[in-house]
Amino acid sequence: MQIKHFLTAASAALMVATMATANADDGYDAPDSWPAPMQEHNMGMGLFDRLEYSVPDKGQDAVVWDFQGWYGGDVNRVYVKSEGENVQGDGEDAEFESLELLYSRLVADFWELQGGIGYQGGVFSDDHAERTYAVVGLQGVMPYGIETDVALQLSDDGDVAASFEGEYDLRLTQRLYLQPRTEIAVAASEVDEFGVGEGLNSVRVGLRLGYEVTRRIAPYVGAYWQKVYGDTADLSRASGDSTEDTGVVAGVKLMF
Amino acid sequence: MSRSTIIRHPLSRRQVLKGSAALGLGSAAAMGLSPAWATPWGHSSVYSKGVEEGPEIALAIRREILPIDGKTASTFSINGTSPGPLIRLKEGQDAVLRVTNLLDEPTSIHWHGLILPPGMDGVPGVSFAGIAPGETFTYRIPVRQNGTYWYHSHSGLQEQVGHVGPLIIDAAEREPFRYDREHVLLLTDWTFEDPMSVFRNLKTMEGYYNFQERTIADFFADVRQNGLEQTAEMRGMWAKMRMSSRDIADVTGSTYTYLLNGHSPEENWTALFKAGERIRLRVINGSAMSYFDVRIPGLKMTVVAADGQPVQPVPVDEFRIGVAETYDVLVSPEDDQAYTIFAESMDRSGYARATLAPREGMQAEIPERRQIADRGMEAMSVHMDGMDHSGMSNMEGMDHSNMSASEMEAMGHGDMQGMDHSGMSDSEMQGMASERAKTRENGMLAAGEAQPGSRYGQAGIGINPDERRVLVYRDLKAFTPWPDRREPGRELELHLTGNMERYIWSFDGKKFSEVSGPIHFEKDERLRLILVNDTMMEHPIHLHGMWMELENGQGELIPRKHTLNVKPGERVSALITADAEGSWAFHCHLLYHMDAGMFRVVQVS
Repeated sequence: MQIKHFLTAASAALMVATMATANADDGYDAPDSWPAPMQEHNMGMGLFDRLEYSVPDKGQDAVVWDFQGWYGGDVNRVYVKSEGENVQGDGEDAEFESLELLYSRLVADFWELQGGIGYQGGVFSDDHAERTYAVVGLQGVMPYGIETDVALQLSDDGDVAASFEGEYDLRLTQRLYLQPRTEIAVAASEVDEFGVGEGLNSVRVGLRLGYEVTRRIAPYVGAYWQKVYGDTADLSRASGDSTEDTGVVAGVKLMF
Repeated sequence: MSRSTIIRHPLSRRQVLKGSAALGLGSAAAMGLSPAWATPWGHSSVYSKGVEEGPEIALAIRREILPIDGKTASTFSINGTSPGPLIRLKEGQDAVLRVTNLLDEPTSIHWHGLILPPGMDGVPGVSFAGIAPGETFTYRIPVRQNGTYWYHSHSGLQEQVGHVGPLIIDAAEREPFRYDREHVLLLTDWTFEDPMSVFRNLKTMEGYYNFQERTIADFFADVRQNGLEQTAEMRGMWAKMRMSSRDIADVTGSTYTYLLNGHSPEENWTALFKAGERIRLRVINGSAMSYFDVRIPGLKMTVVAADGQPVQPVPVDEFRIGVAETYDVLVSPEDDQAYTIFAESMDRSGYARATLAPREGMQAEIPERRQIADRGMEAMSVHMDGMDHSGMSNMEGMDHSNMSASEMEAMGHGDMQGMDHSGMSDSEMQGMASERAKTRENGMLAAGEAQPGSRYGQAGIGINPDERRVLVYRDLKAFTPWPDRREPGRELELHLTGNMERYIWSFDGKKFSEVSGPIHFEKDERLRLILVNDTMMEHPIHLHGMWMELENGQGELIPRKHTLNVKPGERVSALITADAEGSWAFHCHLLYHMDAGMFRVVQVS
């Protein structure tokens, strides 16, 4: 269990963020007892971009989540990001594909540079193989409004991997949207334990149709296609899984 | 005196609450709970019931549950009403205003547009420490001006919760126009949300309140009208910038109820008149975030004052009022009929409404609402390479139909009328005029000349000048030159900047917490302040303590204002006489822009 490392790191990162957003002095001669005319406010939010039940064609049903939350000011923030799933009926507890604690800094109008540590493994259980890794990423919006998250991971065993996520909202009405998204994973070295092969690992493409009941709650339905490649595909075949699959999902996007 | 005022109002209000609960909503509630100055009969020069009249006035600020639009609302009240009472002073008085804070948080009152000693300006952290809970602060103001102004809290986001009111100063000498009756029309935008959560929503999700975004249907409509190539090019440009051409208001009618004298459109507050009277309407935009387009279908309005200062009469059908601006207009209804006072929000997401009628209970038709417009090239230019103001010719080079697709400001969506009056040709004209204008040896424009890049001839986004006569800044002309007739000794250029994605707003790319010192004005210097809007939003820029003489091309007769609306991509200038020693606030008057960092301190020394 490596979750306790997160707590230590979290408090340290929070302190950094809070210090960095302290108010500067405007330099005019007002008595010290006067308040600053404008106060900056730290804030935070949480977003389940996906919280869904997934029914694949070949594999087993699963509950899947994709969460991120942040706290901080305009420039410096602390992020917690997590993706994972709980495969139904496999007798195992849920698994974090990733649980990351990141320090984030706004480096351009639309881009945040993020770095921190991550954990892969069981959620409060030892059902799954565990590892921790360092992560550096860039999160933001590309021209044409494509929301992007690129990250490079270095595991405690020295394995290097990278991931790309992109999604785009196409507005059909003021509340109905169509959201294509894609995930691409690559790795520099093979890690059998996690089913990771060298080179291009997997590509996943999905399309979701959501309805914003409010800005904070949007139920959706969708479908996806995924394929694993190269060594990763060999590993999948070896463990009896298919290398290509499609599926349908139903879920809800939640912001709070 | 202050004690009696404090006690009297809550009692009568409670009685009224009971009564209105029994009667239900509607005009009974409207009459009983309106701010005292919002009486249907207005005020003639002898009738002043329910007004807090100077020179000595006591005001008490409370947190109070009052009905707004028939619903329970947690407001900040001033002497029992929200918005607060009309404060009426006389030019030449030495006013004493005692403000008691009965809240559990600090508060303040800023007297918007008043020229006064720096310690009396009411900005916590700049002019004084603020008013602590339970404390009374005494403002002593030598009143040496007249006209229509207003007052509001300058603490946090309190202004959003109804901590505002009208302030009128009666002239010592006869004004350059006459009228039989007057009404105050105070526009505000009310939300039942906590203002802090409004701010959080703006900070955490772009477009949170915008339910008029472009959809796929708009795309196909544009393709039908302008062809695929041009539509794709235009949409591509916006998409590339990661911005929305429908971003006209940050906070919209999706959360706001637009109020006129504290009343919703359904409550339909009524201002009474007798046919044949000449009525002065003192229109104040006391809202936190909303620009309004004001008109009274069937009546010509004659603008006679802007920001409290008299201007030569301009007959108009409609005028746009930026946040914190005031306009005085005269109307002369000849017929015994009702007229709708219609104030449509700039993004067309809602409106405030009242009725001008000879009797209670009458109403006129509510005009059809316009559709939201798409922002055009002006808003975009600052974000595109090689498209600064000198690059206007770039756009000229583009083909005609492309212009019409984007342009525009002058048109409602899909409305091809008014193209000849498009903003582009207008600003082009203005730019040329400015180039011809005489420049002095030091390279600066002569006092009163319009800057190249200004668009004083345009009312702004969503206005079709062909439809009706709309007031523009170029129309504003003073009666006589202002006292200081010196040419400016220097120019100070400030850029209005922001990051829409993060909701950070700033001057010269730095929000208030990032700047290292005040803006310095040399005592008694005459300077030209140039404001360049690098964002795609309008910003009403307000300087405390000193007038800004808006250089709208009227030479010696330029008007003076306390708040200047700067349109997207526009470059405006004002002359300032830095005669007010001390520290003064200088900021965008969109409440959440100010709070997000678009604020500076000006120090005159």
